[in-house]
Amino acid sequence: MNSKGRFGEFGGQYISETLMNELIRLEECYNEAKNDPSFNEEVQSLLNEYAGRPSRLYYAAKMTEDLGGAKIYLKREDLNHTGSHKLNNCIGQALLAKRMGKTRLIAETGAGQHGVATATVAALLGMECEIFMGKEDTIRQALNVYRMELLGAKVNAVTTGTMTLKDAVNDAMKEWSTRTEDTHYCLGSVMGPHPFPTIVRDFQAVISKEAKQQILEKEGKLPAAVIACVGGGSNAIGAFYNFIEDKDVQLIGCEAAGKGVDTDQNAATIATGTLGIFHGMKSLFCQNEYGQIAPVYSLSAGLDYPGIGPEHAYLNSIGRAQYVPVTDEEAVQAFEYLSRTEGIIPAIESSHAIAHAMKIAKDFSKDQSIIINVSGRGDKDVAAIARYRGVNLHD
Amino acid sequence: MTDKIRASFEKNKNGKAFIGFITAGDPDIDSTYEFILKMAEAGCDIIEIGIPFSDPVAEGAVIQNASVRALQAGTTTDMVFDMVAKVREKSDVTLCFMTYANLVFHYGYDKFFAKCKELDVSGIIIPDMPYEEKEEMESVSLKYDVNFISMVSPTSEDRVKMICSEAKGFIYVVSSMGVTGVRSSISTDLAPIIGHIREVTDVPCAIGFGISNPEQAKAMASLSDGAIVGSAIVRIVEKYGKEAGPYIYDFVKSMKDALLEA
Repeated sequence: MNSKGRFGEFGGQYISETLMNELIRLEECYNEAKNDPSFNEEVQSLLNEYAGRPSRLYYAAKMTEDLGGAKIYLKREDLNHTGSHKLNNCIGQALLAKRMGKTRLIAETGAGQHGVATATVAALLGMECEIFMGKEDTIRQALNVYRMELLGAKVNAVTTGTMTLKDAVNDAMKEWSTRTEDTHYCLGSVMGPHPFPTIVRDFQAVISKEAKQQILEKEGKLPAAVIACVGGGSNAIGAFYNFIEDKDVQLIGCEAAGKGVDTDQNAATIATGTLGIFHGMKSLFCQNEYGQIAPVYSLSAGLDYPGIGPEHAYLNSIGRAQYVPVTDEEAVQAFEYLSRTEGIIPAIESSHAIAHAMKIAKDFSKDQSIIINVSGRGDKDVAAIARYRGVNLHD
Repeated sequence: MTDKIRASFEKNKNGKAFIGFITAGDPDIDSTYEFILKMAEAGCDIIEIGIPFSDPVAEGAVIQNASVRALQAGTTTDMVFDMVAKVREKSDVTLCFMTYANLVFHYGYDKFFAKCKELDVSGIIIPDMPYEEKEEMESVSLKYDVNFISMVSPTSEDRVKMICSEAKGFIYVVSSMGVTGVRSSISTDLAPIIGHIREVTDVPCAIGFGISNPEQAKAMASLSDGAIVGSAIVRIVEKYGKEAGPYIYDFVKSMKDALLEA
C-alpha cells in the first residue's frame, strides 16, 4: 500500500495518472513553503490583517445558564472575513498556488462558503477564478452565487448526478485534469487525494491553535470537549487538531442525519457509510451494495456530501474522536436557539454542532467547559430556514 | 499464462490492434451482449467493457451519460458478469473491464478477479488507480491472470519509465489532458512519449481519448500499436439505442480497416 498521505488505512492518491505529477509538485512545493518563514509570515499577515484573526473564543453565558452544565464557549469562525472558516484554507492555498506560478484558481462549493472564500482571495491576489457548484445548491444558495460573481468569479452550475457537492467535486476534478499548467484546484475540505487532506488540515489548524491558547487564558485548563460539524470535515479537523494529543479532551464531530439515519435521506457517513475509494481517497462513503455512491441528503448544502475526510475516518477508527448524527430538525432548532439566546445566527452547518452541545452540556459539571466551533454565520441560510418553517418571504 | 492481449495485436499483419469500448447496460444489458458480438464480428481485437459507476470522474459527457442510462436500467456488476458469460458461449474475443476502483474494491478483489478468470477476461483498466496505488489491486488480479493495464498521459514525463517497467498486457496512452470524449483533433505530440515507452518495454501500447474517425485511428495506430475508441461507439448507442448493433458493426469495421492500413 502507498504509504503517502495515509491516516491508518485511510487516504492515499486514487486519482488519474494525468494529475499525479501535479499532486507530486504540489506536495513538494507545500513542504518547501511550510518551512519557509517568509511564506508563513505572508499567510499569517493575511489571516490577521485581512481575515481578522484571531477569531474570538466567546463565553456564551446565557446559553451556559440555560443548559445548566458545562461552560459553553463559541469559537467564532463566523466572524472571519467572508463569514466562515473557509477563508483560512483559501488564503494558504492561494498563496501556495501563486508560489507555484499559477494564475487561476478553481474550486468546488456546496453551501457556497468555500466558493465565496476562494473568489475573495482570487480577487485580492489578482487571480482568475472559476467555481463549480451543484445546480441544486445554486438554487438553495442563490445569494452566494451572486456574491461570487460580484467578486469576479465565474460560477458553473453542475447538472450531473445529484447536482450537489459531490458532483461539484467531480466537475472541478475534471476541469483540473484538463488544465493544470496555470490552474490550482483550491480544494475546500480535508478530502481528496494526498496532499490535500494534510494541506487543508494544516491551514485550518489555526482554529485549535488559537482556541487552545484562548481557553487556557480564560479557564486555566483544557476544555472537556470540542464539538464541530462534519461534512468533508475541514472545520472539525481544524478545531480538533491541536487537541488530539490531549487525550482528556473529547472530540465530537456532528454529521448531517438529514431526515434521520434510519431513513435513506441523510449524509451521515460514519453512521451509515462503509469503506470505499472515491474522490481520490480511501475513506468511508455512503454507497450501495455494489459500491455506487449514494445520493445523500441534508438540509445543509455544506454537509450534503457522501464521504468524509480520511483523517476523520482514522480518528473514528481508533476511537480518538466520536461522530454523532444530528437531524435537520435538531439543527434548525439549534439555529433558532442560538439566534434567540445569544444573538448569534449560526450557519445551518454549524447548527448541527450546537444542537449536539445542547444535548450533552448538562452531562458535564459547571467547572468544565465545551468549545463549539461556530464554523460560519447563518445569513446565507435565513431564507432556507424560513422556507423550512413554512414562512413566505417577499422582497 | 498465455498472453492473450499480446496475441490480439500480433494476429494482425501490421501488429496493430483496434480496441473498442462499450458501456455495459446501455441501454440495457441484453443490448450490450448483442453489441459486443457485433464488435467482435466487425474485427474489434480487444473489447473494453465499461462497468458503469455513479461518478465516472475520468469520463466526458458521452460516457458519463451512458453510465447514467445503464444505472437507471438497473445494471449491476453481477449482471455484467452474467452477460459476459453469455458472450463466452459465442465468442472468445479478448475482453478487458474498465471501471472505477470503488466498484472492484467493494465487490472484493478476490471475488472480482476470480470471476474474471472464470470468464477469460484478460485485463482491468482503472483510471483512478495510478502507479502509486495499484499494488493492492494488482497483487490480487495477477493471482487470477488478469493484467492490470497501466496508463500513461501527456503529463507523465519522468514517470513513464517507472510505469512502463512494470506494465503488463498493453499500455493505455492517454492522448490528451482531461476526460474521455470525441475531439476534433489531438494536439499532443505523442511521438516522444511513445518513443520513451519503447525504450523501456516491448509491451504493446495503444492510444485512446478523443479518437472518433478512421483517419485518426490510422494516424494513432501508425504512431503506436493500436487505437482505443470509446465515446464514438457509445455515441452510436446514444443515438440508436437498442437498434445500434448494425451501426456499431459498420463503424467498427471502418475503423479496423483504416487501422490495418497503418
